[in-house]
Amino acid sequence: MSDLNPTRSSPRKPRSAIWFIAGSLAPAIVLVLALTYYPLLRGVVMAFQNYTLFDLTNVHFIGFDNFKAVFDNDMFLIALKNSFYWVVVSLILQFVFGFGIALLLRKPFFGRGVYQGMVFFPWAMSGFLIGLIWRWLFNGQIGVINDLLIKIGIIDTPIAFLSNPSWGMTSVIVANVWYGVAFFAIMLLAALQSVPEEIYEAAEVDGARRFQRLVKITIPYIMPTILTTVALRVIWIMNFPDLIYAMTNGGPAGSTHILSTFMMDKILFGGDYGQAAAVGLIMMVILVLFMIFYFAASKLEKAGDF
Amino acid sequence: MVGKKSLPEKIARIFVLAVYLIVVVFPLYWMLATSLKPQKDIFSLPIRYWPKNITFQNYENIFKITKFHVYILNSLIVSLAAAAVVLIISTLSSYVLARYKFRGSGQVMFFFFLTQVLPAFIGFAPLYLLMSRMHLVNSLPGLVLIYSVMAIPFSTIMLKGFFQRVPSSLEEAAQIDGCSRLSALIRVILPVMLPGLAATFIFSFVQNWNELFFAVMVIDSEHLKTIPVAMNSFITKFDVDWGSMSAATVLSVIPTVILFALCQKFIVQGLTQGAEKG
Repeated sequence: MSDLNPTRSSPRKPRSAIWFIAGSLAPAIVLVLALTYYPLLRGVVMAFQNYTLFDLTNVHFIGFDNFKAVFDNDMFLIALKNSFYWVVVSLILQFVFGFGIALLLRKPFFGRGVYQGMVFFPWAMSGFLIGLIWRWLFNGQIGVINDLLIKIGIIDTPIAFLSNPSWGMTSVIVANVWYGVAFFAIMLLAALQSVPEEIYEAAEVDGARRFQRLVKITIPYIMPTILTTVALRVIWIMNFPDLIYAMTNGGPAGSTHILSTFMMDKILFGGDYGQAAAVGLIMMVILVLFMIFYFAASKLEKAGDF
Repeated sequence: MVGKKSLPEKIARIFVLAVYLIVVVFPLYWMLATSLKPQKDIFSLPIRYWPKNITFQNYENIFKITKFHVYILNSLIVSLAAAAVVLIISTLSSYVLARYKFRGSGQVMFFFFLTQVLPAFIGFAPLYLLMSRMHLVNSLPGLVLIYSVMAIPFSTIMLKGFFQRVPSSLEEAAQIDGCSRLSALIRVILPVMLPGLAATFIFSFVQNWNELFFAVMVIDSEHLKTIPVAMNSFITKFDVDWGSMSAATVLSVIPTVILFALCQKFIVQGLTQGAEKG
């Protein structure tokens, strides 16, 4: 940052201002360009190359072969289907619970600060740790969830939540919902607290019922926050392999793989960077398409100010 | 809300909030309880919901079998160093973006925002190769560099929001008094900005502290492992040893708990700020 020379500034600013702007932005822009954008573009190119960690001397372009290989892999198709399921179900449940909690936390009560501190805390933990914790809770023999369900009388014998393919996806989604409610609650609570009281007072005169008030006043008012939060969340959940990686690592038999865990698996254990990049590119295309439709739809609703 | 709530409604509200609290806290409690049980209690039925024979043997165990104190130290060094670097770099970038009107400022914001929505994992393998060419693989400075870069865009977006709330008359007055731009920023604005700066620092610290995949890729040596990398290898090493796993989990969460307890207000403010101003 040597071009940031304070003695340069003079009463007439133009030149010094330019230097100050350029010098202040340069470190951030250069670093992000070199270590985020460049690798990203390189990754896109890699998707069309034969690029495996074990044979780095033999890197060459192979057209769409990586994509073909990926689409021929049954595991990929399962991961693709799971990704939609994982995103949609997690998102809906996180949103509904998060919104509910935010509504309940809106009015102050004794100890609200402490309460918030406790229920928002999972947000600050890593997905990996959350995954480990739930892996233990869902343990098939001596897991506490099995024990509780048996005590309540819902089941008679322990369920192998994480090693039975028909339970795996449900289990990881439960953990993900537990993790993500805090984020929605924080964001939506902040938005709710920004709704001016006068709007309600006007509605009160009209005798609006509480539920109507929620649907007709509150939700439209905080719609921009809802739209932004949901969009960010879709992207985030889609790109979030940590929790599944720790809980099941995609197993049993690939039944809990989503695209991002499938991709990490290819990088960390397969060493096939080309195919991993192909999967990443497919994810990117899906997300871009989603964003286009999402914001086109929300513009139509005239609610988005993104 | 204007209307008074009825008693049953109040009770329902308290009930729901209480249930939610239990649902959130129980898994965390369960990890703590497991970590304090002797091995034989962990793996025998019936399950004890309250540990009867409290012992620290699991904690002793992980310090004896692994270099857990080294992992803690590495995690602390990397997380603090990267958070400090991010704070300096993004204070400068966000200040300029908040205060100066110049051509391309919108594009610069978009440049930072876009990194938040692109799946960064595509760049993972190329980044690794790039790092190895710079001889920054298997080194803590390499991790610091990458963690800094990962956090710069979000921190810039978030801090810009905080700067925009500080009236610009403050530093204008200082500049008239003969302060240069940089010293006006440092002496006049930054003290007012403490909550925003704290939020930024905590955010990147927590992110660094938690990061798993890149560290797993980059770090090989035992003495350079951060806590997540070490715990990742525990899964295979200890496999079913949930006593050690839970003790490690509890230890690795402590700094986050402390930060969260002390600075919850800043954190919530920062999070909502960052996303609203995107």
